Amino acid sequence: MPESADLTPLYVVLVYLGALIGLGCFTSFLFRGTSNDYFLAGRSIGPVLLLMSVFGTTMTAFALVGSTGKAYELGAGVYGLMASSSAIVHSLVFFTIGIRLWAIGKRFDFSTQIQFFRARFQSVNLGFLLFPILVGLVIPYLLIGILGAGAVVRGVTQGMFPDTFAGTALPSGKVLFAGAVPPWVTGLVVCCVVLFYIFTGGLRAAAWANAFQTVVFMITGVIAFVLISDALGGASAASEQVLANTPDLVGRERIGKLQFLTYGLVPLSVGMFPHLFQHWLTARSAKSFRLTAVAHPIFIMIVWVPCILIGIWAAGMGMEAPGGNPNAILPKMVGSLLKDPYLTGLLTAGILAAIMSSLDSQFVCLGTMFTHDIVLQIRGKDSFTDRQKLWMGRSFIVAIVAVTYGLSLLQPPKIFDLAVWCFSGFASLFPLVCAAVYWRRATKAGAYASILVMITSWTYLFYRGLIEPAMNGIELEGDYLVGGMMPVTLIFAASALALILVSLLTNPPPKDHVDSFMIPRTR
Amino acid sequence: MSTPARIAWGVVVAAGVLHTDLWAWDDDTLVFGFIPWALAYHAGISILAAIAWALVVRFDWPGGIEEWADEGPGSDREGGTNA
Repeated sequence: MPESADLTPLYVVLVYLGALIGLGCFTSFLFRGTSNDYFLAGRSIGPVLLLMSVFGTTMTAFALVGSTGKAYELGAGVYGLMASSSAIVHSLVFFTIGIRLWAIGKRFDFSTQIQFFRARFQSVNLGFLLFPILVGLVIPYLLIGILGAGAVVRGVTQGMFPDTFAGTALPSGKVLFAGAVPPWVTGLVVCCVVLFYIFTGGLRAAAWANAFQTVVFMITGVIAFVLISDALGGASAASEQVLANTPDLVGRERIGKLQFLTYGLVPLSVGMFPHLFQHWLTARSAKSFRLTAVAHPIFIMIVWVPCILIGIWAAGMGMEAPGGNPNAILPKMVGSLLKDPYLTGLLTAGILAAIMSSLDSQFVCLGTMFTHDIVLQIRGKDSFTDRQKLWMGRSFIVAIVAVTYGLSLLQPPKIFDLAVWCFSGFASLFPLVCAAVYWRRATKAGAYASILVMITSWTYLFYRGLIEPAMNGIELEGDYLVGGMMPVTLIFAASALALILVSLLTNPPPKDHVDSFMIPRTR
Repeated sequence: MSTPARIAWGVVVAAGVLHTDLWAWDDDTLVFGFIPWALAYHAGISILAAIAWALVVRFDWPGGIEEWADEGPGSDREGGTNA
């Protein structure tokens, strides 16, 4: 019988998951049992909890696992490409869009962004058009989390269960991840834990869990950085090794300049994430946004800088990505360089924290959208009791989780590329929300045109950039670019142009109606 | 818009412009002996962004927005009309 590896890291992770379940039980005491409390936490979230929950929601598996993998492939320039642009743009969106949507949402008692768009553009059908698009774009986002969790736990638990899990046999005869917990088990456990605490406390539970998990993944990220640099003989020695072995990763030779410039549009996606919109609505007051807008760029720096360095250090020391998958680099660095099983377990829990802190908000928001934007819209909001509304939301969440979990079992390749496509879709809807909040002349027809052009151009480029190469067995080197630019550039421009042109060519909306959505600048 | 508010937004614009540092594309200097220039510079941009937003929040806060939000007609606007 083969000897199994130390199970301590797994026990630490299980203790962490148990703590989350305990947190779910705690927040259930705060839950008032109403649908408003479940979906919006009674609009009672203060500045610190808002900052932590918005940051935790925004930072997915992409931020930890994906950033390390991207740095391993493209070098230190990944921070400028993805993180510092987000530091500027995310806060811009929080300040210019988030605060206004909070105010409009509170004034008209909206629970979802679709309610806002329906009312602003005086069209119920606009919501029926937007709903499947938003859900379709959120599902890949959920997939990233479930697959990311699976990849991390598989990397850390190698050799723990040699008799139970045989691993993946390659054509060469080599076996990868022998004795490791397979992703389908991790995905199932993570989904069940998240479902438990959001079922017990709704969005308030998600906010508390986000805050707790944000603290965990920020602290463990810094610990990982310090310990890994120590294991490599110090940060200077590790970086000198990169300069000697892979000097192009210190500069930005592997990133195109146009790609760099146009990537700045991708972070605009935060303006249209349904789960973030819902978090904005939970704020106790507009003042709650102040801390979020200011501290968000610093928080991004604290999480991303260590991950980028770990990614280039891995490349510099010649570490091979397991199965050729760069996203497995972080767990491999943790597993191979940190010999303390407690620390390995803690760091694994930290990565899972980042992943689950995004999943929970997304789950709740999908339930809210389905309940408010589809069922109550069709049947009328007085057709159901408050309790029935709660259970409708929960049922839809379970259905979506089941679909996403099923998709995760197919182990789709290039999952982080899929994430960028999903962000690009949301970012290309940004002109819509921007016009809805600021442009009086934006019309219903313009809104329809913008959404239809966005989804058409997105689908075309998505097919050309991801589906077609996959069908033909072509492995793309790096991101799919159009004329050196990120595809989001074209989709965004087409969507904005359609909105502007069609709005100008159609009758303006009634002045009184639009005025009711425009916030006076100074009162 | 007041002068401090203009300056605050000027710092935001400056952070955006400075983000496009195409002039130091291939610089392989290690700042403090371990942080690649491309990373250190953009970490600095993150700090500048935080300062910029602190200034905007301080000097260009949308006054009266909470009172405006509280004056609303409530949920009777939900849904709009059919297209």
